[in-house]
Formats: sequence, structure tokens, C-alpha cells
Amino acid sequence: MSQDTLFDKVWDLHKVSRLPGGSDQIFIGLHLIHEVTSPQAFGALKDKNLKVKFPDRTVATVDHIVPTDNQSRPFKDNLAEQMIETLEKNCLEHKIRFFNIGSGNQGIVHVVAPELGLTQPGMTIACGDSHTSTHGAFGSIAFGIGTSQVRDVLATQTLAMNKLKVRQIWCDNKLSKGVYAKDLVLHIINKLGVKAGVGFAYEFAGPAIHELSMEERMTICNMSIEGGARCGYINPDEKTFSYIKNKLCAPKTEHWDKALIWWKSLKSDENSIYDDVIKLDASKVEPTVTWGITPGQSISINQQIPHINDLSPSDKLVAEEAYEYMGFKPGESIKDTPVDVCFIGSCTNGRISDLRVAAKVLREQKVSKKVKAFVVPGSEKVANEAKEEGLDQIFKNSGFQWREPGCSMCLAMNSDKLIGNQVSASSSNRNFKGRQGSPSGRTLLMSPAMVAAAAINGKVSDVREFIN
Amino acid sequence: MTSKFNPPIGKISNMNGQCISLIGNDIDTDRIIPARFLKCVNFESLGESVFEDDRKTLKGRHPFDLEENKNASILVVNSNFGCGSSREHAPQALMRWGIKAIIGESFADIFYSNCIAIGIPCFTLPKESIEEIQNYCDNKILFLEIDLKQSLAKSKDFNFNLEIKKSSRKMFLSGEWDATSTLLENENLIENKFNQLPYIKFNTNLL
Repeated sequence: MSQDTLFDKVWDLHKVSRLPGGSDQIFIGLHLIHEVTSPQAFGALKDKNLKVKFPDRTVATVDHIVPTDNQSRPFKDNLAEQMIETLEKNCLEHKIRFFNIGSGNQGIVHVVAPELGLTQPGMTIACGDSHTSTHGAFGSIAFGIGTSQVRDVLATQTLAMNKLKVRQIWCDNKLSKGVYAKDLVLHIINKLGVKAGVGFAYEFAGPAIHELSMEERMTICNMSIEGGARCGYINPDEKTFSYIKNKLCAPKTEHWDKALIWWKSLKSDENSIYDDVIKLDASKVEPTVTWGITPGQSISINQQIPHINDLSPSDKLVAEEAYEYMGFKPGESIKDTPVDVCFIGSCTNGRISDLRVAAKVLREQKVSKKVKAFVVPGSEKVANEAKEEGLDQIFKNSGFQWREPGCSMCLAMNSDKLIGNQVSASSSNRNFKGRQGSPSGRTLLMSPAMVAAAAINGKVSDVREFIN
Repeated sequence: MTSKFNPPIGKISNMNGQCISLIGNDIDTDRIIPARFLKCVNFESLGESVFEDDRKTLKGRHPFDLEENKNASILVVNSNFGCGSSREHAPQALMRWGIKAIIGESFADIFYSNCIAIGIPCFTLPKESIEEIQNYCDNKILFLEIDLKQSLAKSKDFNFNLEIKKSSRKMFLSGEWDATSTLLENENLIENKFNQLPYIKFNTNLL
């Protein structure tokens, strides 16, 4: 059992009681909600005649269902309109702070909370969304929950949970040029497998991790869940503190000094005990692309689709399914695979630094005529910042469509969808069957820089050939 | 599919029913219920859309479409079932189709806790036992009587010692799986914790 890790410290601090069944009752410091997984939770409160216990500890935004072309109200999609109206009504009724479209702070919940300074080290953070693990980049313990648990957090600010084990993933050296956080996390998931993290929190550590910017760290923690770990975190350091400083909801004046002292005490002790430790060499990671139907099915840009006999017995069943669905044959190169759609966005890679990197790859080159390419900024703040820097113009001049913020084609709950068996090069997080809106649509996950390179060539390309 | 849906309430100890086998590892919640069906403000109509895209692809040959499975209530799956999105809509859709318990090699964490929270016990068995059940289901109808207290599944041809987390078993047997009221019993402790947490005092602009 782990001891003296950040996870242990934060868990123990938030433990309210040991429940009769043997689970821990854990206090949730920050609760984030959105339109998709909250309406039934508010409905359940009503049925049980309960109130929201600490309305100040819940913050809402709207992201999953928002259109990215025309956001004027009412939305064209009646069901989407009904969902945003329900959220507006629930937030008003329960006095919950809601960052609506046009507030300047709307966006994907996992992009918005950090940029507002809501996400801070040492907090427990829950949200009805599996990518809540993103917030662990700040040294918080953050995890996705379902709607019944959203109800419990609203009603009690606590959850019944079993403590997770802790696996440290130590990343030595540093990433090479043209290799990004997305490549590293895809590499980790490939090496460990998509279910290795079940029952674990992942602590990402080592020089390669601390070399990363906060936004890159968010990319890493964001995808913990794709490796099975509902929670992933990184010990906070000076980069963490300077990212938070002066954000809207960051502690101010004397509170800042106190916060800093406390935050510095949180990191895993040098002699802390982990349930498991994995070490890998980040300098060996290359631009990585998924070829299959789980985020674990990835290869380096210069590798070939694996043969069934090269895979472990437990991976064979899904590999067979993947060959058939994706239309790839073992031994084929992933490089030069033609793509139809290029998508830059999502809670994994829709932040300002992602847009900067992709724009730098594009420079003045044009998107291939065969490709539909679009950028969906992660938040209104990201969109505004990008416009100030002229990034929107770079994208538009290249042939990318510039859209309004939201989750968009990561999960295709709005009208941004693949059609038929189109292939997308996507900076998002899931390549599941049907994930991007078409039951036969095919997703290749990669870094935003690699998406930009694919957009120019109209096929999967090595971004290192674009940056010198 | 059951015509009228009655959600489970209170103590859960016995589940008797026909098994339905679904083969595949890493079956994610997008497949269990595609995202377009999440555009709803209640869970009521989800049962009919469970595995919608997989079922369409298989044109009537999907286990959830087979006539002989229409009254099944115990789902038998392989490893990492329910991975991906945290959408509770997935177990809600399964439950509203008629599933009352799931037996599998392993489950994704969030899916597992969603199942507890809505009253679907998830049991694990070794790979070989799951395959034995799934092979049996290929040819014959398998009725299982599950005794949660003993963690035992019985049928005329098999007996299995099911595994379930101790805390989950206790919660189902006591009714504590429906957690809100149990959590609220500690209202004073919750208030105390709120007052003790260092960051509550940091007094941020919004919180």
C-alpha cells in the first residue's frame, strides 16, 4: 500500500469518515458540472427533496453539445437547446456559478477550470466526465464520476470511494524535437495497456515530466483514463505555481503566501512508497499515431501495423477487431495513410500552446484540397488569445476552418461528425469505434502538430520533416 | 426487454436470471451507448438504444437482438468492460434493457462505480470460467442463481465462486449502494472537514 505520496496526503486530508460498507467518504473540494451528465442528478435531488449543500463549491460551463459554427440561441438542434436551458435553469435555481457562452470564460470544462485558477494543488476535484484526470497536472486528485455520484456531490459534497493504489510512471531524459506530450502519453498507454491503470492513480514523474509546460502536463494527465487510471497527477513545482498566480480565482495577497507554503508541502516525499513503479526513457519516444480502436493501439510514425503474432495474447482479440474496422493490414505503414478530416481541439489538445504549435507547422502552407480541416479552440479565452496572436488568420489562410469553442468532434455530440468511413487525424483522446459521430468512422489520434502536418499533405506525415 | 422498468431499491442479495454473453475486450461506453443518445435530460428511453451502432452493424445477429436472449438479465463479458467515457448512461441503458447483474473478467473503474451507484452488482471470474460460460451460452440457455451473500452462482451444470469487492458486497446487502442518505448521515463531519481544509480559507474570487 502506498505511503506519503501526494495521493496519500490529499486523500487522507479529505477523508470524512469510514463508511459502514468499508469505503471512504471523501470530501470534494471542487465540483465541475456541464450539461450532459448533470440534468438527471438535479432531477434526483428534486425527487429526494434535497438541496445543493455547498453551491459555492460547484462551477458549471457548457461544452459537449454546443455547436461550433453558429452559437446563436436557440440552437438549431432542439435537444441541444433543451440541455443548455436545463443547465441554465438548474444553476439559477441552485445558485451555482455558470460560465455560459459569451461570458468570456465558457469552454471545455477541463480547459476552463485551470485557466480560471479554480484548479489548484491539493484539492480533490470531481466532474461527471472521465477526463477530469486532467486537473491532476496541478497536483490535485481529480477523477471522473457518473451522474449518481454527481447527485451525491451536489447533495453532500462527498463521495463514497475506495482508495486507489498508486503507480509512479518515471520518465527519464526529455522529449526530442518534434515529439510532444501527446506522443509521450500515447507511448505510455501503449506500453502499459489500456487496462493497466484500473484500480490505480498514476503519478507521472521524472525529468521529462517536469520539463513539460503546464499545458503539456494537462495533456498527459488528461489521458490517464485511457490507460485505465481514473486519476493521474504530477507533483506541483514552480511551473505549477507561476501558472496559477494572478489567475481570476487564484489566492491573492497574504492568501497566496499561505497557499504556496501549503502547496509545497504536498509533493510525494522522497522516500514515499508506491504500489508499483514503471520507468521509461522519454528520449526514445517518437511521433506516435494510433492505428486501432483503443488508445493503446499506437505505433511510431515509422513503424508498421503490428502482426497479430507480435502482440500479447490478451491484445489479439481487440487487434483482430481493429484490423477489420480500420481496414489496415498487418505490416502496412501508418505513414502516408490518406486522411479525410483533420481536427485540432478537445480537452486533450485544444489549448493555446497546442494552437501555437500547429500554426507553426502550417506557416504559410495550404491544407490539401482533399481534406476538411478545422480548429476548435478549447475555450473562449483560448480563442481570444489566439486571435490576439493572429493564429486564427494563420489557420484560415492555410485552409482550416476556425470555429467556436466546445468539445466538438472529439465525441461528436454536435453537428461536427465524420461521414461514413472517413478517416480523421485528430488531436483528441479516443479512437473508439463510432466515437467521432459515424458508426464506421475511423480516428487516428496524434499530436496537434502531427494533425497540422497531415492536413498539409493529406496523409499521415512525420511532423519532424516540417520543423527545422 | 422488460416492458416496464422498475429500478432496484434497498437491499440487493439474489439475482436469478438467464445469461447473455457478449464477447470482446475493452468494450467502451461509447459502444454501449453512442454519444448522440446522451442528448437527453432523463435516462428513460436509453434501453432501446443500448449497443445501437454495434447492433446495426450486425443486422440482427448481435446478442442483444437475438430472440432467445430477450428475457436475459445477467450479462457475461470479457476484460476491461465499460472503459472510456464516464457516462452513467451506459449502465443505465443496460439496466433499462433488462440487465440486473454483470459477470466479467474485469471492469473499468468509473463504469464499475456507476454500476454500484445504480444497483447493478458486477462480479469477476477468471478468464477460463468466463469463456466456459460464454461457450455454453453459444449453444444453450444458461440460467444462473446468484447468491450475493455467498458470492455463489449456481446452475444445473455449473457452480462458480464469484468474486466481488468486499465493500461492494456489503453495500448491496445493506442497501448502502444508494449512497446519498448514508453520506448525509455524517453531516456534522462534512461541515467539520469543510472548515478544516486549508484551501477553503484562501478565499478565491468565486468560491
